[in-house]
Amino acid sequence: MVGAACALYAARAGLDVIVVDRGPVAGGTTGAGEGNLLVSDKEPGPELELALLSGRLWTELAEEIGDAVEYEHKGGVVVASTSDGLEALETFATGQRAAGVEAVRVDAGRLRELEPHLAPGLAGGVLYPQDAQVMPTLAAAHLLRASGARLFTGAAVTEVLRGADGAVRGVRTGRGEIHAPHVVNAAGTWGGELAALAGVSLPVLPRRGFVLVTEPLPRRVHHKVYAADYVADVASDSAALQTSPVVEGTAAGPVLIGATRERVGFDRSLSLPALRALAKGATRLFPFLERVRAMRTYFGFRPYMPDHLPAIGPDARVPGLFHACGHEGAGIGLSTGTGQLIAQVLTGHAPELGLAPFRPDRFPASASTASTSDSEEAS
Amino acid sequence: MTEPSLAVIGAGPAGLAATLAAATRGIRVTLLDSAAEAGGQFYRQPAPGLGARRPQALHHQWRTWERLRDGLRAHVQAGTVRHMTDHHVWFVERRGTDGFAVHALVGPEQEQPAEVRATAVLLATGGYEKVLPFPGWTLPGVVTAGGAQAMLKGGLVLPGRTAVVAGTGPLLLPVATGLAAAGATVAALVESADPKSFARRSRALAGQPGKVAEGARYTGQLLRHRVRTLLHHTVVAAHGAERLEAVTIAALDRDGRVRQDTRRRLVCDTLAVSHGMLPHTDLADALGCRVDGTDVSVDDEQRTDVPGVWAAGETTGIGGSALSLAEGHIAGRSIAARLAGRAPDPGEWAAAARTRDGLRAFFAAVDSVYAPPAHWAEQVTDGTVVCRCEEVSAGAVREAVHELGAGDLRTVKLLTRAGMGWCQGRVCGSGVAGVAGCAETAGRRPFARPVPLGVLARAGETEEQ
Repeated sequence: MVGAACALYAARAGLDVIVVDRGPVAGGTTGAGEGNLLVSDKEPGPELELALLSGRLWTELAEEIGDAVEYEHKGGVVVASTSDGLEALETFATGQRAAGVEAVRVDAGRLRELEPHLAPGLAGGVLYPQDAQVMPTLAAAHLLRASGARLFTGAAVTEVLRGADGAVRGVRTGRGEIHAPHVVNAAGTWGGELAALAGVSLPVLPRRGFVLVTEPLPRRVHHKVYAADYVADVASDSAALQTSPVVEGTAAGPVLIGATRERVGFDRSLSLPALRALAKGATRLFPFLERVRAMRTYFGFRPYMPDHLPAIGPDARVPGLFHACGHEGAGIGLSTGTGQLIAQVLTGHAPELGLAPFRPDRFPASASTASTSDSEEAS
Repeated sequence: MTEPSLAVIGAGPAGLAATLAAATRGIRVTLLDSAAEAGGQFYRQPAPGLGARRPQALHHQWRTWERLRDGLRAHVQAGTVRHMTDHHVWFVERRGTDGFAVHALVGPEQEQPAEVRATAVLLATGGYEKVLPFPGWTLPGVVTAGGAQAMLKGGLVLPGRTAVVAGTGPLLLPVATGLAAAGATVAALVESADPKSFARRSRALAGQPGKVAEGARYTGQLLRHRVRTLLHHTVVAAHGAERLEAVTIAALDRDGRVRQDTRRRLVCDTLAVSHGMLPHTDLADALGCRVDGTDVSVDDEQRTDVPGVWAAGETTGIGGSALSLAEGHIAGRSIAARLAGRAPDPGEWAAAARTRDGLRAFFAAVDSVYAPPAHWAEQVTDGTVVCRCEEVSAGAVREAVHELGAGDLRTVKLLTRAGMGWCQGRVCGSGVAGVAGCAETAGRRPFARPVPLGVLARAGETEEQ
């Protein structure tokens, strides 16, 4: 998805673009995503700024190809079960509002109007009208088509070609060499491997997530709905926002429930405990789901960075090399802004957001050896 | 876990043979099956309420069935086998040193959970019919050949009065003769296989005298009922306003393309169609067992590459009931030895192994003879619905390939929703792959059946009930 967005904005900035992928279109994490375009879950800071920029660009794109990519401006609702939880949520929302997020506090009565099938007894919540949704595989395919870029699928990059001065001059693939003065690494969870081919380290690690898909239903869940409560654990040095799975209806009928977060490397086996946690979280929010059937489940590997911020921009270590990866679970949403920023720096313009927090070389070289074996309970 | 135990999933020929072989050798067996009676698809039983007087008229190898049925009954009475009917298994969970938990759904709506723990698992989940799309294939009156046979065997009802049986594969013969014997007019048996390829594989096919005799018996029955057999022909389209009224058939040329000048219409109210069988591999795949192409991979003892998991019958490759019996028998003996902590002596099952090897060679030859026409997908018009659950047309699949860069079945699915509905691609997978022009792969279906979220939310949490 990020690669497709880079291709689109680079092509619109006047560049000649070739997209190379070792698999098919959307064959990596994109095809396993939910297509969340969220601002609601982001605290003020560089990621939220990128999300707001991306949201504006998605709105523009939706006018061209919104139907084709199943763009839905459905809004998000974050609910709290207790009044303490609601206050914490409100505090979080106050910070977001100052950063430009629309966040509307809703009481218990209004909550039931927004989502009549929610569990009874919830304290209230916050409505985020800017949260939206696309079908990620369709989005990647249609952005690529709109870009007019030449597409080489089934062509794995085996080498990043560099000149005598150290600058990149293209890539070698299973289908031959491609020469270009700029190479953008949008390899997602495998971005670290591509960086290594260029001789630099980039600590992108996999974080597995499962999504559950139900049988098709008449629309009963209208927004993206999830529960959030601050852990008021004074012993914890950072108050982490604990969230339950995001539950949402789709245009096609099924309800999507996602997603778990586990650091288990590239383990492809099915985890019943992870799926159980998703089903529990979803049925707790929407009791009617108890008897609704899960048709299937799928999983993907989010590209995550040690500080949970993506790598975006030129790599000072290798002239001509740019990175656009490591967006963890937000890559679909953040792809448009990322593509726009990459296109701006590729064409020598000042990026409209400061890229310092996203600098690809911000990690010490040893960071790439961070453990991948620790696991987290599914959220 | 105190005493080693075995869970057998599927009570068809393979599952029954394995159950008897293991239980006779002292293993505690739980046999789970989705049907109300044992027998599987092959020995499907008429519902008892129908009062069938001679169900054996619809079956051959009735004696074999009686032996399996009586053996199971004796073990159930002796308490050595638990037979759990109407259990729809949706997932088999590996629980480390605890062995396995088999998760099933029971009850009239399949909403209640049931869980069985075992030290070893045998997957004998059988196969299902493959049907390729053609214009008109979604009309009422078009049924699968296996479905027509199931109606005859299980419900003792005729699907229609005038039938055409079409497609390819050895299943078409018993379906055509069964329909004719039950009183239907069979207007034609339309088989796309080329008689020349029978001749080319005659040695391998003649290596199984029993099978040749079986074929000759069906041929005799077809003649007796005056059923016209059209080899190297195919159904081009089915026609009808509300339901099926006629089909257009045509001969094939040497390359497997329709010869347009040979098109003609046959009036019929039933079209029973089948293009072969595919193994059920969902449970095996979710367990992490290796699946080669469309078949679960097993060794000489019928073991998968996941310790503690065996597989037998159609799930390891389509080969009919006799092969399933041999594989089930070998699996049951291997499991009995392995669970007792000793390596089995293959000499014990030498006869079954010979049967297995012979039948595998025979069905490899059968597979190469019975094939859909090479260019069948050309007959599928853009407007033809290829995925019925999600109502995806052939045109949409072609657009995903030619316009949006899909090159494999998964990407086609994600771009078009073909295969995302109730059948999870079981019905349409082969058809969509053919229309898209990409390789057919065993689909990943982590849940073998849809499972209520309330059941999933508690699955595997408690100790065995």
